[in-house]
Amino acid sequence: MTATAFLAILSHWWRHPLQLATLITGLALAAGLWSAVQAINAEARASYSQAAEQLGTAGAARLVPETGAIPVARYAELRRSGWQLAPVLEGIIRFEGQSFDIMGVDLLQHPQAQGLALAAEADSAPALDALLPPGRIFAHPETAALLDASQTDHPVTSMTGLPRGVAMADLSLASRLLGQSTSLSYLLILPDQRPGLRPLEELAPELTFIPARAASDAARLTDSFHLNLTAFGLLSFAVGLFIVQGTIALSLEQRRGMTRTLRGLGVPMRLLASLFAAELAAIALVSGIAGLAGGYLVAAALLPGVKATLSGLYGVPVDGSLSLRPSWILSGLAMTLGGTALAGGHALFMLWRMPLLAAPATHARGQQARRSHLTGAGLGAVIIIVGCIILHLFHGLIAGFAFLGSLMLGAALLLPLLVSASLSLGARTAKGPYAEWLWADARAQLPGISLALMALMLALAANIGVGTMVSSFRLTFTGWLDQRLFAEVYVTTANDVQGAELSEWLHAQGIHVLPRRHHDTRYKGAPLRVYGFEDDPAYRKNWPLIAALPDVWDQAARGQAVLINEQLARRNGLVPGNTLELSPDWHLSIAGIYSDYGNPNGQAMMSLPALLTREPNIPNRNFGLRAAQSEVHKIIKNIREEFDIPPESILDQATIKARSLAVFDRTFVITATLNLLTLGVAGFALLTSLLTLWNQRLPQIAPVWAMGASRRQLAAGEVLRSLLLAAATAILALPLGLVLAWTLLSVINVEAFGWQIPMYLFPFDWLRLFLLALLAAIIAAVLPARRLIRIAPAELLKVFANER
Amino acid sequence: MSVKSALVTMAVFWAGAALPQSYAGLGSSAEGFAIPQQSTRLNFPADHGPHPDFRIEWWYLTANLEGSDGASYGIQWTLFRSALAPGEAGGWQSPQVWMAHAAVTSQDQHFFAERLARGGFGQAGVETAPFDAWVDDWQMRSVDETLEQISLSANDLTFSYALNLTADGPLVLHGRHGYSVKSASGQASHYYSQPHYQVSGTLSLPDGPVEVTGHGWLDREWSSQPLAEDQSGWDWFSLRFDSGEKLMGFLLRSKTGDFTSGTWITAEGKAEPLRPGAFQAEALAVSDVQGRNIPTRWHASLPEKGVSVEIQSLNPQSWMGTSFSYWEGPVSVSGSHSGKGYLEMTGYE
Amino acid sequence: MVLKIRDVTKRYPGQTAETAVLRGISLDLSAGSSLALTGESGSGKSTLLHLAGALDHFDSGEVEIDGTGLSSLSDSQRAALRRRDVSLVFQQFNLIPSLSVDKNIALHARLGGKWETSWGTRLKARLGLSDLQDHYPEQPSGGQQQRVAIARALAVRPKLLLADEPTGNLDETASAAVMELMLELVRESGTALFLVTHSAAIAQMLDRRLHLRHGTAA
Ligand SMILES: Nc1ncnc2c1ncn2[C@@H]1O[C@H](COP(=O)(O)OP(=O)(O)O)[C@@H](O)[C@H]1O
Ligand SMILES: [Mg+2]
Repeated sequence: MTATAFLAILSHWWRHPLQLATLITGLALAAGLWSAVQAINAEARASYSQAAEQLGTAGAARLVPETGAIPVARYAELRRSGWQLAPVLEGIIRFEGQSFDIMGVDLLQHPQAQGLALAAEADSAPALDALLPPGRIFAHPETAALLDASQTDHPVTSMTGLPRGVAMADLSLASRLLGQSTSLSYLLILPDQRPGLRPLEELAPELTFIPARAASDAARLTDSFHLNLTAFGLLSFAVGLFIVQGTIALSLEQRRGMTRTLRGLGVPMRLLASLFAAELAAIALVSGIAGLAGGYLVAAALLPGVKATLSGLYGVPVDGSLSLRPSWILSGLAMTLGGTALAGGHALFMLWRMPLLAAPATHARGQQARRSHLTGAGLGAVIIIVGCIILHLFHGLIAGFAFLGSLMLGAALLLPLLVSASLSLGARTAKGPYAEWLWADARAQLPGISLALMALMLALAANIGVGTMVSSFRLTFTGWLDQRLFAEVYVTTANDVQGAELSEWLHAQGIHVLPRRHHDTRYKGAPLRVYGFEDDPAYRKNWPLIAALPDVWDQAARGQAVLINEQLARRNGLVPGNTLELSPDWHLSIAGIYSDYGNPNGQAMMSLPALLTREPNIPNRNFGLRAAQSEVHKIIKNIREEFDIPPESILDQATIKARSLAVFDRTFVITATLNLLTLGVAGFALLTSLLTLWNQRLPQIAPVWAMGASRRQLAAGEVLRSLLLAAATAILALPLGLVLAWTLLSVINVEAFGWQIPMYLFPFDWLRLFLLALLAAIIAAVLPARRLIRIAPAELLKVFANER
Repeated sequence: MSVKSALVTMAVFWAGAALPQSYAGLGSSAEGFAIPQQSTRLNFPADHGPHPDFRIEWWYLTANLEGSDGASYGIQWTLFRSALAPGEAGGWQSPQVWMAHAAVTSQDQHFFAERLARGGFGQAGVETAPFDAWVDDWQMRSVDETLEQISLSANDLTFSYALNLTADGPLVLHGRHGYSVKSASGQASHYYSQPHYQVSGTLSLPDGPVEVTGHGWLDREWSSQPLAEDQSGWDWFSLRFDSGEKLMGFLLRSKTGDFTSGTWITAEGKAEPLRPGAFQAEALAVSDVQGRNIPTRWHASLPEKGVSVEIQSLNPQSWMGTSFSYWEGPVSVSGSHSGKGYLEMTGYE
Repeated sequence: MVLKIRDVTKRYPGQTAETAVLRGISLDLSAGSSLALTGESGSGKSTLLHLAGALDHFDSGEVEIDGTGLSSLSDSQRAALRRRDVSLVFQQFNLIPSLSVDKNIALHARLGGKWETSWGTRLKARLGLSDLQDHYPEQPSGGQQQRVAIARALAVRPKLLLADEPTGNLDETASAAVMELMLELVRESGTALFLVTHSAAIAQMLDRRLHLRHGTAA
């Protein structure tokens, strides 16, 4: 009996292959985009944690000095109190004009010393030479190549697990190179500590404890990016489920008669329900596998963009290519099954409750639709209000995303009422009976299509929101580049000697030079770069200030004050007038705050002479040259002739700007792609719901046809109606998208990056998107319209047949 | 092989033959390091402190204890000093590396731990006025410049101990004036002991604290010379007989013939160096310890003193799974003499 | 002649000449007259009615509405004919649920460009629909709904009114009332009525009767 009943149930798909294709495609799309995002996330996370494992310290808990450094004696005391710690000394070192981050560790204590030793052994180096002069440097292969090229006296072992640009060495070598024998940058807290230790805050009140994980700036930053991706993935998944929900409901509704017959033949409802569930599960499984395959391809295509984003925006390297993880496959399939259950549950439940002997449900929709619109809208309003309250009460990334989520969901629930209202408004403008009918009919169609419209609106709003965010960011970024890169030529010399020669030569040529020198230190445990600048009108004229005291440049030029970047200000709640304590004996008042996009770290600017009195040895290898635009190429040519400086180290303003923008654009490739994919899915949702509605549409259309509307006219009406609905949806999506953009720019960005970006409006983009939505609507309506043009009159006449 | 275990392998100096060839430059010759001299006369309290010109040195304390619960325990506290290069330098440039091992052994449990540190900035070291030897929060500290009265502590995740030791006999110099020969080809070390400690204190074990009393034995030894090329390891016995007499004997194993030596210590604390070959030891039974066959029951004899005893380990699984691993644990003695002691065995790979 | 059917045959796909649903039917219907079409279920009544309404194609013969032969008309010409000259009333009323009663009544006439407010108001008054105008078709009773359908059909002032079992969904009393009203209005407006029914009583109310059997008139 079971097999026979199952075959009967399945025979439905034989007769409705398009429906089956829709169902599988919808589910596969939902699963595909979701799992693509998951694959990307998993890959990026795996490569962070791999890097963290090999480096061993990225996520470890640590003690950092409030300011300055930790005396080695303090470290010894803490060890003698029983705390298992590993010391780290960081600094910047230059070999032959190349700068490297030195990371000095005690090879006897560092958790990852094992890996370093293995690498050294693979280099067939004597195992202990890292501890003895001349010492040994460990570096990422790329960095190792640079180190080799700069011919340090120290043997170099390359090791893939290390971050680029970092030269790792035993403290004996690092302290020699950095000339710091009595201080440490921070202390790693090793995982196993014995019981009964005196608390660190008692033993070392001057040190700040940074718990594991939060210690990693990268993790905090990239988390926001992944949260972003996940939100997008979830959105796509939801949009996909909209498609599926309608299709499942239709397939079950069309099998009501069959179900009744089978029950009449003695097949228990319990069995039938399980068979329907089994059928759905099988379809979900097939779709899930297809979706995973597609998702894998999408992820593979997007991964380079993600890498660009992470390294461009967050300075986090992502290595390796995509790998297939069992957990990813399982969770993808589970998600598909769960989503199918969610989408099909209601329809299956309705079937379950269907009485054995009853007329097919009549479609008394009007009243019911109005009521459900009102309920939905009420619920939507409540959800939006809750979201606003969350945003008001709480701060941080999660609150921002919670607000976004509730805004999107609430707006989706409000949509049917709003579209219905705007359609009645539109109906008032209708001239002629046919147009009136068209408007009214569009409204009547709303219940069946509102889920697809919600999907469309969410996709459009996400597009507007993210697009506005990216474009505003880009516009701000370009303007900022113009301000910030005011020198016409930028030169980097190989070393200080060459630097001195160059500036002398430039002076002789009468070319105005602005040296750009910096010192790297730490502020509250996070990296801070302090730039020294020479007072020049160009700074006063161009520098992108956000907030400043009136005499900011005078104060700074006198060495009395610093300017800090927006990130540093926001993270530490600093405003002009506050004091920046760089070390216990180095306090500077803050005179201004400037925008500094694309930089994950804190930065400060002070008068170069003042910086040099503190840090006399900072390198002098970067120069900005002021020159007339027409002179630029001549100057570059002359410098090259005069000095041994590679072309890469002499760049004109335009080249640097072009490169910066290229990096910026590459950064947002993934966002754009996901945007487009989501819109595509929404278009598909519209198509499937129009196809799904097809059978319910004939009773509406046939009388009008009988009254003398031609099939061609009706087909045109079909397209027009779809356009009307899409247009109404797109118009409603605009404000939602703008609120989304505002949230991204003023809440999410500030939390994730530490900078706020002014919002600009891009009406042309909206127009393009609006047209895109209409195009999607036309494409979605073309199939039903074609069917309508070609339909046999007999098909329409069946509507009037008395037997119905 | 990690830096750590390479260091430690080197640190455990005597096992020179076990060092891979690539380390030969560091391990097999004493280049630049001071060499033990027969003419040297030990001078206290200075010689309680470190000798940075020698490659290797240790402060090695073992004790046989009895708990208030009647059970037998053994403890070990060892501080090794290993020089990457002779001499001392300040801060991170110090070539001195310190390694400490601590253990507590009962009949069915064996806890051990290890600490590593570099010299030069105070995480580890030995000072003489007053005597103080430490790594992190492990410490062996005297009230004065002598080793008469010391306190001893070690702490780890699962165990710790705090003991007080009082010597009731004089220091014992091994060999001739503390110059102890280790092979027929002349390798030697400076070596003295304080074998007369009365011990009391507390062991903190996972099951709770145990009050203990018993007897302890401190060994001090430094050298720069590895084992002779063909020596593969050693078996070292420190036995305390109920008669009050004590015996230190060791057996250096070699393919070309074992080398044995030792010291007989009278009840009054007078040392009588043994000529090579006088002391004999022979394995009676082996146990499977961490996949190795290790003798945990021995027969030892010193005919000239009428000693013929059987030596049985308290816990055959007294394996020190530290960076450089070896067997070290309390033993009981029966036969012509009865008593207790400690056994150390290295080079069983 | 408003409706002239000459030797019409109609085959649905899969039917042979012998089993065709209509095999040579002919009839005439003049303005102001009425014809009841009866026959067993499946005898082809609806099919014939649809042919008369220019809703479907036939295989041979000719149908003329007010002198215009349908076989030569294009799709849009047929649609124009339906808009202006032919009205339909179905058993299930087939009202447009998204339009108010008022708009439903006016829809067909306005599509054909033939809406006259005075005539419409009169129809509504006669059919007792004046109070319902702002309602939606789901709300009124079945009898009322059918009267809306009749008003919609007659608002066109069609030359030919086709009704397919218009009272099939109504009870006897409602059905008689609806029929009476419809006949009265048909007579008033000079419309020719072609009505399918299985009720002998209703057939008796009309001028002429035609019985279909085996695809031919009996
Ligand atoms: N579209 C169609 N395709 C095939 N057969 C049809 C179609 N419409 C009606 N028929 C068949 O034609 C015959 C006449 O149908 P119909 O005109 O509806 O009969 P009636 O109205 O007299 O009950 C019936 O046997 C019916 O099954
Ligand atoms: Mg019929």
